[in-house]
Amino acid sequence: MAFEGLAERLQNTMKKITGKGKVSEQDVKEMTREVRLALLEADVNFKVVKDLIKRIKERAIGQEVMESLTPGQQVIKVVKDELTELMGGEQSRIAVSDRPPTVIMMVGLQGAGKTTTTGKLANHLRKNHNRSPLLVACDVYRPAAIKQLETLGTQLNMPVFSMGTEANPVDIAKQAIEKAKEEHHDYVIIDTAGRLHVDTDLMDELEQIKTTVKPDEIFLVVDAMTGQDAVNVAESFNEQLDLSGVVLTKLDGDTRGGAALSIKAVTNKPIKFAGMGEKLDQLEAFHPERMASRILGMGDVLTLIEKAQTNVNEKQAKELEEKMRTASFTFDDFLEQMGQVKNMGPLDDLLAMIPGANKMKGLKNAQIDEKQLVHVEAIIKSMTKKERQDPSVMNASRKKRIAKGSGTTVSQVNRLLKQFDEMKKMMKQMTNMQKGKKGKGMKFPFSF
Amino acid sequence: MGFMDKLKKKFIQNNQEEVTTKYKEGMEKTRKSFSGRINDLIARYRKIDEDFFEELEEVLISADVGVMTVMDLIDELKMEVKRQNIKDTKEVKDVISEKLVEIYYGEDDEEIEEINIKENELTVILVVGVNGVGKTTSIGKLAHQLKNDGKKVVLAAGDTFRAGAIDQLEIWGERAGVDVIKQHEGSDPAAVIFDGIKAAKSREADVLICDTAGRLQNKVNLMNELAKVKRVIEREIPGAPHEVLLVLDSTTGQNALNQAKTFSEATDVTGIVLTKLDGTAKGGIVLAIRHELNIPVKLVGLGEQMEDLQQFDANAFVYGLFADMLEEEEA
Repeated sequence: MAFEGLAERLQNTMKKITGKGKVSEQDVKEMTREVRLALLEADVNFKVVKDLIKRIKERAIGQEVMESLTPGQQVIKVVKDELTELMGGEQSRIAVSDRPPTVIMMVGLQGAGKTTTTGKLANHLRKNHNRSPLLVACDVYRPAAIKQLETLGTQLNMPVFSMGTEANPVDIAKQAIEKAKEEHHDYVIIDTAGRLHVDTDLMDELEQIKTTVKPDEIFLVVDAMTGQDAVNVAESFNEQLDLSGVVLTKLDGDTRGGAALSIKAVTNKPIKFAGMGEKLDQLEAFHPERMASRILGMGDVLTLIEKAQTNVNEKQAKELEEKMRTASFTFDDFLEQMGQVKNMGPLDDLLAMIPGANKMKGLKNAQIDEKQLVHVEAIIKSMTKKERQDPSVMNASRKKRIAKGSGTTVSQVNRLLKQFDEMKKMMKQMTNMQKGKKGKGMKFPFSF
Repeated sequence: MGFMDKLKKKFIQNNQEEVTTKYKEGMEKTRKSFSGRINDLIARYRKIDEDFFEELEEVLISADVGVMTVMDLIDELKMEVKRQNIKDTKEVKDVISEKLVEIYYGEDDEEIEEINIKENELTVILVVGVNGVGKTTSIGKLAHQLKNDGKKVVLAAGDTFRAGAIDQLEIWGERAGVDVIKQHEGSDPAAVIFDGIKAAKSREADVLICDTAGRLQNKVNLMNELAKVKRVIEREIPGAPHEVLLVLDSTTGQNALNQAKTFSEATDVTGIVLTKLDGTAKGGIVLAIRHELNIPVKLVGLGEQMEDLQQFDANAFVYGLFADMLEEEEA
């Protein structure tokens, strides 16, 4: 599978090295190889990847493995931290000029989604900032581009300024500003024609528009699916126009969107908005952190890591380990563990977050019956203290009492007792196997 | 005689000077950076070692050749270098281009895949793709070329969703001098295509090209809508659509593979139109698409003019990438 996520890739590498207390250099080397592939498959530019990997190596080697994390997860965490850092904070502010109107210029390659984004941005300004924008149709080249903006204007019930396809874009922009002043629009959004960054004539035209109308913001609109070439595009536009921000479009697709990282790395300009659908209200503030996870293709494994960090108390985990080793695991411990797992959220969600879980046999379409867990809990809670500590005292009348108390049947009680017994045996075997090593990766030994 | 020389000779023989020039012009930027970097790489490394292969890997990845394809290619190169006992990096150049063409064609014969146009019956071409790749523009150019070839062409404005899409196709229709069948914005695309078929039949057209709205391949409903459009065509004309062309933007990265895969599942894509190859984007992902999904590229967009839609030729594609190197050698 060409597009498996980083988490899955690391999972495979990790199989060899789980149970280690420290991340060794060799581990890091193997894992950074996987990280590199994952980033490249996500379309992050290879130069950016190179720098990143260097920093990740430096940070990851020799790190203590956190109690609740496996070495693989630890590396993911370092990678994600690095990515998030590189992406910068959330910045969806739009400039406000002290001398209105504030002028925004939209630029980019053909088909990136400039016109649609122009409409979305206008809608955003009106809805969230109570502004009254004027849209300006400066794309005189593409057939029906003006018509497209006019249609969007009609849908939004907003004015569109156009002078047909014969006029010069620089003149159109200039006159639009005059018109906006006359009609008291506080924002002007200029939609320009899509152009290749290597087309010097058209790039010069953009520069002319810029010097004529002195925009407060110049947004580069980039298709989130862009590949390695994203750096060239962003670099050229930035060099010529000194961009103020980036809008990433078509992020509702299934691309990893590594272009976002490349663009940020080469221009150091913030990605401000993300296009999340075809409707005019589907423009969202850009979340760098979410993007980092997405580029790594690891679903919510980080959310899971964070949940594990907060919910599994380290001390409890240590005690549990000790109990497993000595096989003094009791129903009380069982209950406690169930509580911890439940604290982490619905089991279905939890399972979905575990990379590779959907590939495990039997788990693929497993419908986890939370009701069954409630039964188990009820049965255990109907036991006396003694019974919970030492299930061997169990006899027919005790079982009958427990069944009655928990609203279940004797056969259900029997099934639980049998499962618990088997589990204990298994744990003993496993801890024996791990002897000598510092037992790790056995946080939740129960398969529900 | 080296492989590149053979490639070159082939062009001169076939008298494809014009096509080659188009490729060379259109892909100038692509070529400069790509072959420049390979040349640089070869100049810097005398010995063929792991570092050399790693850098080569990066050069190929920078062309958006799929990561898996690159890995396969590098493995094969390593074997080839060992087998032929190549020591000099200069000799590797030949092997690289040879392998690139081989990856594209696989076991098949090297032949240029043409658009399947039926003689004496209506040919239906369905054009699909994600948003903003250049579907409508490509249709305009294709219509113009078919018209010049003496075909009677009808276009069906199946993009009833995007603002201005119908007008855009109409303008292309006017430029090319062909009829456009349309309904109003927001109407059912399948119904428009149905009208298009009826009109094409009654006007005794040779080719019907159906435009569709751009859609991201992970939108299940929209993909179902597309499958329905195809079913309508199948029902009205047995054996149609004769071509389902997926339009790909050459700036697209690895996601193009997903696009090819998902669109194929919905509509059995028969060929690819690779657009915007006149920028610095390399469109290397088409190698991966051919390699992994066996879908050939049929047309490439090398500029904004009506004539700038060319037949794809893998040899020319690779030749375009390496042309600088050849000429430097001769100089």
